[in-house]
Amino acid sequence: MSNLIENLNKTFDSRVRIGIMSALMVNEEVNFNTLKELIEVTDGNLASHLKALEDLKFVTVKKSFIGRKTNTSYRLTKAGEKAFKKHIEALEKIIKNIS
Amino acid sequence: MNQQQQSLEELRHIKQMMERSSRFISLSGLSGIAAGTVAIVGALLGAKMISDYTRNTSISYDTLVTELIVIAVTVVILALSSGFAFTYLRSKKTGVSIWGTTTYRLVINLAIPLVAGGFLLLRLIQLQYVSLVAPGCLLFYGLALVNASKYTLGEVRYLGYCELILAVINLWVPAHGLIFWTTGFGLLHIIYGIIMWRKYERVTF
Repeated sequence: MSNLIENLNKTFDSRVRIGIMSALMVNEEVNFNTLKELIEVTDGNLASHLKALEDLKFVTVKKSFIGRKTNTSYRLTKAGEKAFKKHIEALEKIIKNIS
Repeated sequence: MNQQQQSLEELRHIKQMMERSSRFISLSGLSGIAAGTVAIVGALLGAKMISDYTRNTSISYDTLVTELIVIAVTVVILALSSGFAFTYLRSKKTGVSIWGTTTYRLVINLAIPLVAGGFLLLRLIQLQYVSLVAPGCLLFYGLALVNASKYTLGEVRYLGYCELILAVINLWVPAHGLIFWTTGFGLLHIIYGIIMWRKYERVTF
């Protein structure tokens, strides 16, 4: 049991980060405001988690302009996708261990 | 909470986030019931006009077709707007925004088969292949639903399958188009709406 828990990725220890990763798994690209609405967090909180994932090279940022407004959108990297899939598998293993 | 419950909770959260970010889930069951009711009323009016036409020789074919098209367009507008109203109310209640990428994707994927099919139906009416109009409506609507089900509640796919089955049967009993049309757009919508409403909305909060 204990080594099963070790397989969990500490990076995904927050609901905000899980929200970000989940949304990016099923969408090619998601912008900041959509994430904010989806996860229901403050700008600052979301930005800091996104920054952390960016530093780990799990997500990439793309800034563009829509009219005069900036639009910041995020994508998952191959490494991010792999890490999150492993995390989900680890969760599944823990659950299957009950029976 | 032990580790297993925690993991289960986390997986549920992941699933929910994936669905909420990729599917339009505010679609209300009441929208289906409203659209179905409108369709049945429209079909009854249409049936009356057709029987008037067959009994009264002074009504021309063109007049009948024009009247039927007016009814059809009114039905579509009323069904869409009442459907939209209930879905809008539901999105207010659940706090999920109604305009977003998910809505856009749903509308586009519904519209492609419907618009393409619409042209075919228009041409069928012009060429007086009227008996193919009802199965044609059902066929393209069914395809649109199956196509769009990836972007909204998954159950929409089964509604799509039912419409397709009706459409195919109707192709071989073309004289009963109105009955099939009423079943597909009226009855099925109402049944679907009731099931969805009971499943997702009845016990909210």
